[in-house]
Amino acid sequence: MSTLPNIPRFKLPPLVANITRRLPQWPHALVLTAGLNAAAKMKLLPDDSLALLDGRSFLVRVNDTGGEARFVYRGGLFRPVFATTGDADLIFSANLSAFLQMLARQEDPDTLFFNRELSIEGDTELGLVVKNMLDAIEWPQMPKMPAFRR
Amino acid sequence: MLNQKLPELVCPAGSLPALKNAIDNGADTVYFGYRNDTNARNFAGLNFDAKAMAEGIRYAHNHGRHVLLAINTFPQPGRLADWHRAVDGAADLGVDAVIIADVALLDYASRRHPNLRLHLSVQGSATNYEAVNFAHREFGVKRAVLPRVLTLAQVEHVIKNTPIEIEVFGFGSLCVMNEGRCWLSSYATGESPNTVGACSPAKYVKWEKSPGSMSTRLNGVLIDRFGDDEPAGYPTLCKGRFEVNGETYYALEEPTSLNVLELLPEIARIGVSAIKVEGRQRSPTYVTQVTRTLRAALDALAREGERFSVKPAWHAELAKVSEGTQATLGAYNRPWR
Repeated sequence: MSTLPNIPRFKLPPLVANITRRLPQWPHALVLTAGLNAAAKMKLLPDDSLALLDGRSFLVRVNDTGGEARFVYRGGLFRPVFATTGDADLIFSANLSAFLQMLARQEDPDTLFFNRELSIEGDTELGLVVKNMLDAIEWPQMPKMPAFRR
Repeated sequence: MLNQKLPELVCPAGSLPALKNAIDNGADTVYFGYRNDTNARNFAGLNFDAKAMAEGIRYAHNHGRHVLLAINTFPQPGRLADWHRAVDGAADLGVDAVIIADVALLDYASRRHPNLRLHLSVQGSATNYEAVNFAHREFGVKRAVLPRVLTLAQVEHVIKNTPIEIEVFGFGSLCVMNEGRCWLSSYATGESPNTVGACSPAKYVKWEKSPGSMSTRLNGVLIDRFGDDEPAGYPTLCKGRFEVNGETYYALEEPTSLNVLELLPEIARIGVSAIKVEGRQRSPTYVTQVTRTLRAALDALAREGERFSVKPAWHAELAKVSEGTQATLGAYNRPWR
């Protein structure tokens, strides 16, 4: 991870969210579910944790971009949900920088949560399963290509 | 140069990436638990299955570090065999020691696996040298982890009067510190660390957002309500704000982290064998941040001895990952006993 650039804490101007909210949201869900399914296929996500997600619905909300991704995990696949409203079993919301910092393992989700930069609503235990599942992923080593070297 | 032996740095691992991060960032020892209620961080999706344990132990041993397995809950009625199996499994895995709280389990481990090194868990609640020496005499315990209730002078008093190693907490979230004896979680939910391996289990926790605030409920009981700019804490009874005599405040304890950086020279001087970092429930990122900071501080202590001073950057790094906005020296520098 040391090869990744440092992600600063930032917040996009409200204008961005105002524009994005008027756009269709399903492409976000499509990208996110494709990524999750790829991770599952590579056996990066433990089976016993995946089993706990079956039939559950998720909403990931990026506050400052205004983007939302709705999806469910059913029958061994993450599937986008095309509805634009309604509740989900678990809702994560944060600004884009916080999500990026979490994904890059630059910041700890509990830290972001204590600092109110990450919010978790809905089924708290389900949230813990997801958090711990993502924490347990052993990301494949970055390829040793010149572009990745410092 | 430091005249005493440098305390061992013991770091938490809730997952394989966390374990590897701890080793890569300078932990001398890591501790972990099974994916069940034989350990006190029994949270959904956390901890190690058999395969991850084997790989974690291999990784640590290849780097010349140690692994401890926490079996630090109390066997529940009718299920003693589960805890016995956990101890047998530890012996088979080849961990360097097991951390046990329950005396009956210490007895079983010492009889069945005489070569298995035993540590007395903080949940065993041994707060004086008589209790520590009892565990040594009866079960051959080699190290005791002291609860976070003692002043540094009291820790020194224990060390002077016991032949075994003493481990103390160096960093992490603080609770009411009545370790091994706290039933607050059971009061609200019927479940506690001693019985199910989790304080305030997530299935009882609800975070409710409304405009301008967020409320925390534990099994329906309102624990706290945070304004949008206020830091949040773990949803435990001890860290809630309650109305007492017409005033609403942290009636039991404010969310706080323990941070002993300032006391490291004293801790080494009185002969503490190991410093433990709390937080198996935290992410690999936390483990990296805390381990590398404490490693840097301990190495500086070894180099500088009496000239040791705490670098502001260490405080900044630890403050960032702390629960609550303040870090304290806990009971170590408490003026009263």
